[in-house]
Amino acid sequence: MFKYILKRFLMVIPVIIGVSFLVYFIISLTPGDPVKMMLGEEASEESIQEVRDELGLDKPIIVQYFKYISKLVRGDLGVSYRSKRPVLGEIVARFPITLKLTFWSMLVAIIIAVPLGIISATKQYTLTDSICSVAALIGAAVPNFWYGLMLIIWFSLGLGWFPSGGYEGIKSMVLPSITLGTTAAAIITRMTRSSMLEVVRQDYIRTAKAKGVNKKVVIRKHALRNALIPIVTVVGLQFGHMLGGMVLTETVFSIPGMGRLMVDSIKSKDTPMVLGCIITLATVFSLVNLCIDILYAFIDPRIKSVYK
Amino acid sequence: MESAIKEKYMSTVEIENLVVEFKTDDDIVKAVNGVNLKVERGKTLGLVGETGAGKTTTALSILRLIPNPPGIIKEGKITLDGHNLFDYTEDEMDKIRGNKVSMIFQDPMTSLNPVITVGEQIAEGIQIHQNLNKSEAMKKAEEMLELVGIQKERATEYPHQFSGGMKQRVVIAIALSCNPQLLIADEPTTALDVTIQAQVLELMKNLREKYNTSMIMITHDLGIVAEVCDEVSIMYAGKIVEHGNLEDIFENTKHPYTEGLFNSLPNIEDRKSMLKPIKGLMPDPTNLPKGCAFHPRCIYAKEICSKREPVVTQLSDTHYVCCLAYENTEVKINGGGLIE
Amino acid sequence: MENVEIGKDLLSKEEIIKKYKKRSQFWEVWRRLRKNKLAIIGLIIIILLAIVAIGADFIADYDTIVIKQNIKGRLQPPSSEHIFGTDEYGRDIFARLVHGTRVSLTVGLISVSIALIIGGFLGAIAGYYGNKIDNVIMRVMDIFLAVPNILLAIAIVSALGTSIINLMIAVGISSIPSYARIVRASVLSIKDQEFVEAARAIGSKDITIIISHIIPNSLAPVIVQATLGVANAILSTAAMSFIGLGIQPPAPEWGAMLSGGRTFLRDASHITIFPGIAIMITILSLNMLGDGLRDALDPKLK
Repeated sequence: MFKYILKRFLMVIPVIIGVSFLVYFIISLTPGDPVKMMLGEEASEESIQEVRDELGLDKPIIVQYFKYISKLVRGDLGVSYRSKRPVLGEIVARFPITLKLTFWSMLVAIIIAVPLGIISATKQYTLTDSICSVAALIGAAVPNFWYGLMLIIWFSLGLGWFPSGGYEGIKSMVLPSITLGTTAAAIITRMTRSSMLEVVRQDYIRTAKAKGVNKKVVIRKHALRNALIPIVTVVGLQFGHMLGGMVLTETVFSIPGMGRLMVDSIKSKDTPMVLGCIITLATVFSLVNLCIDILYAFIDPRIKSVYK
Repeated sequence: MESAIKEKYMSTVEIENLVVEFKTDDDIVKAVNGVNLKVERGKTLGLVGETGAGKTTTALSILRLIPNPPGIIKEGKITLDGHNLFDYTEDEMDKIRGNKVSMIFQDPMTSLNPVITVGEQIAEGIQIHQNLNKSEAMKKAEEMLELVGIQKERATEYPHQFSGGMKQRVVIAIALSCNPQLLIADEPTTALDVTIQAQVLELMKNLREKYNTSMIMITHDLGIVAEVCDEVSIMYAGKIVEHGNLEDIFENTKHPYTEGLFNSLPNIEDRKSMLKPIKGLMPDPTNLPKGCAFHPRCIYAKEICSKREPVVTQLSDTHYVCCLAYENTEVKINGGGLIE
Repeated sequence: MENVEIGKDLLSKEEIIKKYKKRSQFWEVWRRLRKNKLAIIGLIIIILLAIVAIGADFIADYDTIVIKQNIKGRLQPPSSEHIFGTDEYGRDIFARLVHGTRVSLTVGLISVSIALIIGGFLGAIAGYYGNKIDNVIMRVMDIFLAVPNILLAIAIVSALGTSIINLMIAVGISSIPSYARIVRASVLSIKDQEFVEAARAIGSKDITIIISHIIPNSLAPVIVQATLGVANAILSTAAMSFIGLGIQPPAPEWGAMLSGGRTFLRDASHITIFPGIAIMITILSLNMLGDGLRDALDPKLK
């Protein structure tokens, strides 16, 4: 098992390197001279050339990339064009906010969605099921940046219960968490429902019932664990969506997290910062997927025996 | 007086006029159309018929495990020791399932929960029905495993670590763990190799004798019937078409369908003889033929067979048949004994 | 005598099967889809939206109504004259929504086509040839998948510059992996079946086999994914326009309209509310149709 985890962990590394190359390549297509961006339009030709040499910008892109990656390995993500401070430092300062928000949103989404999905599946074709299914369908279709604005209109501007933005205290986290969590909750509900419906049809559920096991216990003990793999998978994917969705949510609620940092960096063409942000988010997403993979083994002994 | 009542309830389970339907999007599937069955204490009844005849549905009705929706028990009564099972609440039913009545399912590969250890799966029923704590139940489960010929050390393993035959033993261990009065075995050997089949049958026979369990053996294999059953019911399109003891059915076959079943078997004594399969296929259960459901495939069918539904004719104390040939002179079955 | 009759019987049976098969593919799916109320509602809404998109110019003129500013009549609440009110530049929101439908549907369809063509091609090659080619393609796809979709699209747009074409390319490229995966999976399940082996045995070229046998047979999951994919693409487009990286003003795009109204949330919330509802209805109906198609194309999943 440990060997498997190690192996999977090592497999994350080439993916991250690949991501860095992909994003580096894409960003390098940006028109305009990055040095001018750094030094401002009035900088003299000489000083521009000086910086160009220093950064190796006249060399082919592949050489530049290797320079970048060799620094990256040492934890150096370069210097922000805009703030002139190290990229890593800014990311470290902002990332916890994003991660915290994502984590709480996901937790709330799971706590709401899994029971709803189970209820919906066990009461298939009833009114409860229809209400849950339609709610989930709508929840999955709502654009979260719009939904966030609607929440601000009602709960912040209208009722005055929560602040409309910023990052001060728990109260300011409520609306962003709901915004981020709703889509995930809707999708997890749908997956839980369909996965449970699939499992409930299986022969071993009939066997359990034939033993005289109470219906509720059958669902809790026999069905849920078997339905968990697709649910956990979708939670992992939703985590990625949330990290992407932060770009919007943080903009809507003016939260100083990484999403905002990235949008601002893109607007000011702060290439090292954009690169740093995307690589960090992709790394986190890959690690989450790694955790999900390991989780599979604890859910299903068949997968565990393959891992050995 | 009391003995008379006892006498009456000697039969552990009795099914009367059971009708089960499944509703699909546009049709109603009539899976069981008025089945009557009776199994006496310690006896084994063979329920024989083609796939789709309604055997499994009949069996699941006894445990009230017809998936609903789409299935619904339309009519009828199933009594266990004189109590109508359809009067019980779900909770009361849970006390019967796995305790008084248990079932061995057809496919051992899918009948066990893949994420729970084999020992726990056996112990679960024991813990529920015998008021034991977890470790006591586990101990009993290990005993059950040994009883079906698996070392008790394997109780902590998961189903995927067992072969098909071993899994079926586990399923049998689960079914027998609470010494049920009635054991329903739904084609317990179809999914197994021939060599394992014999072992499993032997095992079931021994256990039945040990606990004086009644049994319903669902199968389409007449060989198994001859080996383990006392009585046989032949089922076709949701109905019992012929019922009798082994001698009645094997030596004194009356129904054309039963005859057809025997004729489809290869004859070991005369290997050159041609197989005579029954023509055609099972009728579409959403659209059963009028009259006798078997008439489109019956070689003796006359016009009346497509018009009038046959009723049960009693031929002897033990032998019943449901065919117009025994009610109406117009239909003739050449020769009394059908098999030459 | 008897033999002849049996032969006759078989022939007619074969003919029946043939007839049945020809009809079945499409009609069976349609028959099942028709029973799904939500899917049909979705389909009707999508058809209506498509009609609106095509006929947008008949409903409101682009130059004189949709983009022409009218400072005097700005921020008007919904009234009989402007049923959804006017925006911060005095433009009629309803007219802009109508033209926005055209933008959204176009971007959705084209970006999905881009993703489908590239992704489908890569997936088909990976699945069909297997081994090294498969490995290389799928590892590259893994890299794409490691970056959340919207971030990848944002990166591409920020590099290429904000224009409607770049937006379609960005959204398209970022969803290539999902099509590659689906097509690869269905190719893998089909390529060893008898009819493909038969085609190979009579000497068909690989490309012929891929185009005439494998692609038609892997269509079902692709159709479902594409339907849901259009919804995702519309959502991504709106999201990117919302943060200012998508379609630029004064072009009427739902996400951009919504973003424009943010400053006026308190006094003129209708500017934000209506475009959001338009996005939601479009996504919802596409999702409903997609779900319905999945159930109809794969009855065993139901």
